[in-house]
Amino acid sequence: MSDKIKVTINKQIVEVKPGTTVLKAAESIGIKIPTLCHMDLCDFEFVNKAASCRVCVVEIEGRRNLAPSCVQKVEEGMVIKTNTPRAIRGRRTSVELLLSNHPQDCFTCPKNLDCELQKLADDLNIREIPYSGEKVNYEKDTSSFSIVKDPNKCIMCRRCETMCNEVQTCGILSGVGRGFDVIVAPAFELPLQDTSCTFCGQCVAVCPTAALTESNRTRDVWRALADPNKHVIVQTAPAIRAAIGEEFGMEPGSLVTGEMVSSLRELGFDGVFDTDFAADLTIMEEASELVHRIEHNGTLPILTSCCPAWVKFIEHNYPEMLDIPSSCKSPHIMFGAIAKTYYAEKNNIDPDDMVIVSVMPCVAKKAEAHRPELTNYEDSNVDLVITTREAAAMIKEAGLDLKNMPKTDFDKMMGESSGAGVIFGTTGGVIEAATRTAYEWITGETLENVEFNDMRGLEGIKSATVNIGDLELKIGIAHGLGNARELLDSIKSGENEFHAIEIMACPGGCIGGGGQPYHLGDSEILKARQNALYTEDKGKKIRKSHENTEIIKVYKEFLGEPYGEKAHELLHTKYVKREKL
Amino acid sequence: MSIKSLDELMNIRKKHEENVSLRDNNNNSQTKLLVGMATCGIASGARETLNELLKEIKAQGLDNVKIVQVGCLGYCHSEPTVEINVPGEDPILYGPVTVDRVK
Amino acid sequence: MSIYRLNIMVCGGTGCMAADSQGIVDNFKDILKEKGYDQEVQVLKTGCFGFCEQGPIIKIHPDNVFYVKVTPEDVEEIIDEHIIKGRKVERLLYEDPDLNEKINEQSEMSFYKPQLRIALRNCGLINPEDIFEYIAYRGYEALGTVLKNQTPEDVINTMIKSNLRGRGGGGFPAGLKWKFAHKAPGDEKYIICNADEGDPGAFMDRSILEGDPHSVLEAMAIAGYAIGAETGLIYIRAEYPLAIKRLEIAIDQAKEQGLLGKNIFGSDFNFNIKLKYGAGAFVCGEETALIASTEGLRGEPRNKPPFPATSGFKGKPTNVNNVETLANVAPIILNGPEWFNKIGTEKSNGTKVFALAGAINNVGLVEVPMGTTLREIVYDIGGGIRGGKAFKAVQTGGPSGGVITTKDLDTPIDYDSLQAIGSMMGSGGMIVMDEDTCMVSIAKFYLDFTQEESCGKCTPCRIGTKRIYEYLEKLTEGKATMDDLYNLKELCDSVKDTALCGLGQTAPNPVLSTMEYYWDEYVAHVNGHCPSKECKALLSYTIDPEKCIGCTACAKKCPVDCISGERKEPHIIDEAVCIKCGACYDVCPVDAVIKP
Repeated sequence: MSDKIKVTINKQIVEVKPGTTVLKAAESIGIKIPTLCHMDLCDFEFVNKAASCRVCVVEIEGRRNLAPSCVQKVEEGMVIKTNTPRAIRGRRTSVELLLSNHPQDCFTCPKNLDCELQKLADDLNIREIPYSGEKVNYEKDTSSFSIVKDPNKCIMCRRCETMCNEVQTCGILSGVGRGFDVIVAPAFELPLQDTSCTFCGQCVAVCPTAALTESNRTRDVWRALADPNKHVIVQTAPAIRAAIGEEFGMEPGSLVTGEMVSSLRELGFDGVFDTDFAADLTIMEEASELVHRIEHNGTLPILTSCCPAWVKFIEHNYPEMLDIPSSCKSPHIMFGAIAKTYYAEKNNIDPDDMVIVSVMPCVAKKAEAHRPELTNYEDSNVDLVITTREAAAMIKEAGLDLKNMPKTDFDKMMGESSGAGVIFGTTGGVIEAATRTAYEWITGETLENVEFNDMRGLEGIKSATVNIGDLELKIGIAHGLGNARELLDSIKSGENEFHAIEIMACPGGCIGGGGQPYHLGDSEILKARQNALYTEDKGKKIRKSHENTEIIKVYKEFLGEPYGEKAHELLHTKYVKREKL
Repeated sequence: MSIKSLDELMNIRKKHEENVSLRDNNNNSQTKLLVGMATCGIASGARETLNELLKEIKAQGLDNVKIVQVGCLGYCHSEPTVEINVPGEDPILYGPVTVDRVK
Repeated sequence: MSIYRLNIMVCGGTGCMAADSQGIVDNFKDILKEKGYDQEVQVLKTGCFGFCEQGPIIKIHPDNVFYVKVTPEDVEEIIDEHIIKGRKVERLLYEDPDLNEKINEQSEMSFYKPQLRIALRNCGLINPEDIFEYIAYRGYEALGTVLKNQTPEDVINTMIKSNLRGRGGGGFPAGLKWKFAHKAPGDEKYIICNADEGDPGAFMDRSILEGDPHSVLEAMAIAGYAIGAETGLIYIRAEYPLAIKRLEIAIDQAKEQGLLGKNIFGSDFNFNIKLKYGAGAFVCGEETALIASTEGLRGEPRNKPPFPATSGFKGKPTNVNNVETLANVAPIILNGPEWFNKIGTEKSNGTKVFALAGAINNVGLVEVPMGTTLREIVYDIGGGIRGGKAFKAVQTGGPSGGVITTKDLDTPIDYDSLQAIGSMMGSGGMIVMDEDTCMVSIAKFYLDFTQEESCGKCTPCRIGTKRIYEYLEKLTEGKATMDDLYNLKELCDSVKDTALCGLGQTAPNPVLSTMEYYWDEYVAHVNGHCPSKECKALLSYTIDPEKCIGCTACAKKCPVDCISGERKEPHIIDEAVCIKCGACYDVCPVDAVIKP
């Protein structure tokens, strides 16, 4: 009558649903089996089933060899032993072998203390490596602005390959070659810069070692801060405040906006501003564009363009559809454009002396800042992009403990944000923000209930319909590039018709970005970060972008009309057709 | 030209069994006809005799008779000579076996 | 159609072709035509006779004469003497060393006497490029019978009863595999033939495919009927161009005769066969890697369970069988499973094809009933050790197998008995080693192969086989310590236990097996000494007794006092103590010291 399966693990009996792995069955009764290559972010459609590291091996009665518990499904009556000397020896040998083929430069490695292999070596009490011999010797790939690929540290866990092929459907990374010299690389071992990699950084987010890391710019930021002639200002994306606390031991989802501002100010920045301000700016422009397209029979749907990985994705994979994305720059770029003009003017600062630093949850934005289209007056809108992890590292370098810093506010002029700006960091947030403004602009009425629950949640592809007067606004939302591809294909085939679509390349949106603190496969962390943003939105008095007083001011005193000429010059961009490799 | 039944297959087999019949080494129940093909045999037309024997055997559908060429059988005065070995019986030597006497 | 009075079968296997058996065929055809005998004498290329040591081989029917080491230049003489005058060419007959006489009857040769050719039944007998010759020898009758009179369950029961076990090395009962695939839910199923034969020195499958391709096609169709598959795939390594050509011809001919395609034998059963080429990866002989490669993906193995019978090609139920296994199917159907049960041993029925190689006189392909002892194979069939040297060991199972020494020579060959002595049947490669073979070098040779062929997916195989190889290198260079030996054994045990697929799981076998039986040799290498004198780095200085004048200059110079000898008598260097400093070489006035 019960459809559960009964197994014995370390002499304890446990009943689980059919299809459960030995690993999960053990977990359910508090038995932890060490793993390495395994990662299961099931809420976000990512499971790595390579079972190639052979660390999670266990003894199963009646089976000749040790079995990998992460993929071995339970069978009725199975008797499993996880910590016999034989299983432990098998586990230890696998890690010893990995270490025998690994560089020994932990001290200066970007993943020092954050490395899953390092932690495992300690957990398994490995005190010597009995095997010494040849080590792989590959060149680092530092061709791109976003990602550094070091094959010598790769342990062939294949998480990046699974992510890039199955979730993001970009197909950039794959096993190449055979035997000892096998590596994970693009086709023909091309440097990343020469491929159609979108730099979404999800490979970096799941890599257990320093085989894939972000391109670190903290030294450059310190240099700028040390230069007395430079006016260095920093802006923080919405996703940072919900995650940076984790780097200081705080619970996932702790909202640390105030502490984050104080810490950055302590580092010596001349101004600490909020990217959410620019998010509101983006809404002003994008909602205008949407309304404009609707009223003038323009191309529909309109696609949000604040995610640079998504932009590069559409440039490579759907170059014939480049008239669909919004022409708006992404928020932090818009911030840079406004900072070097409006802010510089108002404060009598020579824009040539300004250094704009963005703290982003994202590695794609590092490459984005270097796009030649994102300049004005021959100067990049944004100069330096660092990730949440890099910012936390700088704060620690300065000896500051973020969680004990006082809460202070962002600086004025570009520091005010509405609740709509805050939710940019989560999937569904951008389009919800846009809807709040578009509704009021189209109908002329006040929107009473600003929370659109249809646009929230974790499904890879969502759709929502909002009645705006007579118009039934159809909205599509996707997070993860594989879901984006599905959505785009359905538009191409005419299967679906939308007015507006929001796409984010990372699972859960920016809060799951490639530059955020490592989630190590725990979906709850991502969910907690999302909730933190929705909570901040709820706590704001102003929740609609067009009601942001600083925004109203910048249009009145500087930009003129939303979607007007000056706005176009500073805040809009073009896209480039790219080939697919 | 598709084979549509087991019977059709059997017919095809029968047709082609002849071609490979020469290779059936293990069948000791066959009657063997030894034809002397040494110089004197050839000189007196043993080759033609052998070919005629082959034709006749096929025409009569005898499927357990095998023809083997051998060297000199010794009876040079009676070439072409043919020795018939029926299993279980004494060999019988015929000669001269000219083409017209084959049947 | 002429009535032929003679059939000349010329071996057309790759081995003999490499020795220009095509030239033999061409010369026969040309000269016979010239002399006017082409209407009476048929010349055909056939499959491997197996007696490769004596190739190129031709056999003349019905005279039943077996000529060996034939060259194209011999053809004219054969025609003049044998074809025209009926006189055997004595010098081309095989002289059996045991019987000390020339034999023309194949079945009397000691090489062939113990053999029983079932999988190789048609090799050497028919022209593999003619479907009608296959049919003449009861070809496709099994398929017809099955489709007409039997249900899929009947076929599976026959196969289970016959106890035919996988000939690719695994030894898993084929009938059971068919049953699992048959039972698996789904309408789309596949039959795959594993023709990737990767073991170095193995050519059993190649010979069957070159010499009797239809036997494999027919078996695949029967298997398809049994499990409910309409598509068969043959994964064949690209290094077998002749086998590929013969298969393509065979498939076309079968299609032409309606024996492949729709409504075979007028039934509801459809079956088609496609070829898929390998690309030079040994690991693709492993069934899940093979399936991945067939799908167009990287040839990397997958974790089992799930097994291909439930989830294989494209995730559908798939049955993968080895070539030799399939070659046994038709005879089992025609003769009944009881006939097969009577051959071989109790748990291993039937025969096994072996590729004999190494330090043996009769190198070639043999098929023997299970239960034949190794001694019979090495001495009776194999003709003993080349050069009259002493037998040391036999390696079965290729890179996955182990060695069998003198004490186990009387072991009857079957799956279980070989495993019990630490080896395995493997796919059939059998390498014979003589007294001069260094067992450490043998282990190193195999590990050189496996670590190169590893797909790189799992840690123990990717890095482990490399480290094992490095230990063996250290040993053969005299740089290893006793600690290294113990660590090597530990590592081998661990890799065997944790690797993801059969390649990694069996890669340590050559090491573990040679360590078990030849531990002394390993220790000797640690001490810098190679007993077989094969490891160059460990060869030592020796004194030529012919040249030595006994002046004792070397003994005086030696820093470790390892040279002994009386005045005016030839001196001797103790190799175990020698440190290879070369001082003796430098000081000898008559150049009697030989440098390694």
